[in-house]
Amino acid sequence: MEKWYMLTLVGEDRPGIVAKLTHALFEGGCNLGEASMMRLGGNFTIMLMVGFDGRSKQLIELVSPVSESLDLHLHIDKIKAHLHQHLDPDVRISVYGADRPGIVSEVTGALAESGLHILDLESDVAGSEDAPIYIMHIEGHAAEGVGSLQAALSIMKGRGIETNLTEIDTLIG
Amino acid sequence: MAVLDILVYPDATLKQASEPVTVFDDEFRQFLADLDETRLAAPGCVGIAAPQVGRFQRVAIVDVSNNPKHKNNGCMVLVNPEITAWEGYKKGREGCLSVPDYTGNVMRATSISLEAMDSNGNPVKYECEGFEAVAVQHEIDHLDGLLFLDRLVSRRNDLFKRKNYKK
Repeated sequence: MEKWYMLTLVGEDRPGIVAKLTHALFEGGCNLGEASMMRLGGNFTIMLMVGFDGRSKQLIELVSPVSESLDLHLHIDKIKAHLHQHLDPDVRISVYGADRPGIVSEVTGALAESGLHILDLESDVAGSEDAPIYIMHIEGHAAEGVGSLQAALSIMKGRGIETNLTEIDTLIG
Repeated sequence: MAVLDILVYPDATLKQASEPVTVFDDEFRQFLADLDETRLAAPGCVGIAAPQVGRFQRVAIVDVSNNPKHKNNGCMVLVNPEITAWEGYKKGREGCLSVPDYTGNVMRATSISLEAMDSNGNPVKYECEGFEAVAVQHEIDHLDGLLFLDRLVSRRNDLFKRKNYKK
């Protein structure tokens, strides 16, 4: 069976990063799995599952010329991984408020205590430099039901954090 | 009665449009029974379309009544269905028997009016809203060779950062 590695690459964003990286991986006989890539604060960030039959040293040798030429930090971990193991979220929570330290910690702390398993989180700082707004989207699995999550979130309202919880009712057709 | 085999993408035939039904005989009604048995054999499945089992006719069955919180018309057998009116739109999560191990977000109308025929070829009309309306749209897409993968919307940027509006 194929061995899986998690490649992490981070560096200043520029056009062509994904094309150059994936070309080198393809030429080297790699198979790509699940991935998350996005621009964060002017950096391009890549987390990429790579199936590769060789050793991690060989994979580093394969990727290094590209990562060095593009000034990307490269990190490779051999991981225990499987495809086709998706967990479906049953709840979506959006959060926003005037930016201040502690929003993520407070919200996710309360949600974790109420049984939320986060499957996906993305956040952004919007607004202006003078008046930044923090915006966060979470998708997850509510192990103890959404009622307890609602209760946890209602406490946030008094702390200047707006939250919206939507149940995800996945349609199978 | 029989549980039929489900076609799974990348089977290219799922992308072809289906033909209207013109013959309403016992063989057709037996097929409808098999189609619904196939749907019921799949856990949580609320709809199925004939092309998903390799019969390229404009037929779908939708039944969301197993969850009482969804407003519903019971089990709807939809032959040659046409959506005659749409209203509103909302993002929801969909999966499909023909696309295993993946769910994604899709925009759908929140309420629809529907004209179709029943298993005997008699005209029927339905008003659907919410989850049921989404299920009907998902199944009718199959009849036009469309999968929910053709309508995916990004998971990111539900709240759009807007730059300056032109005055």
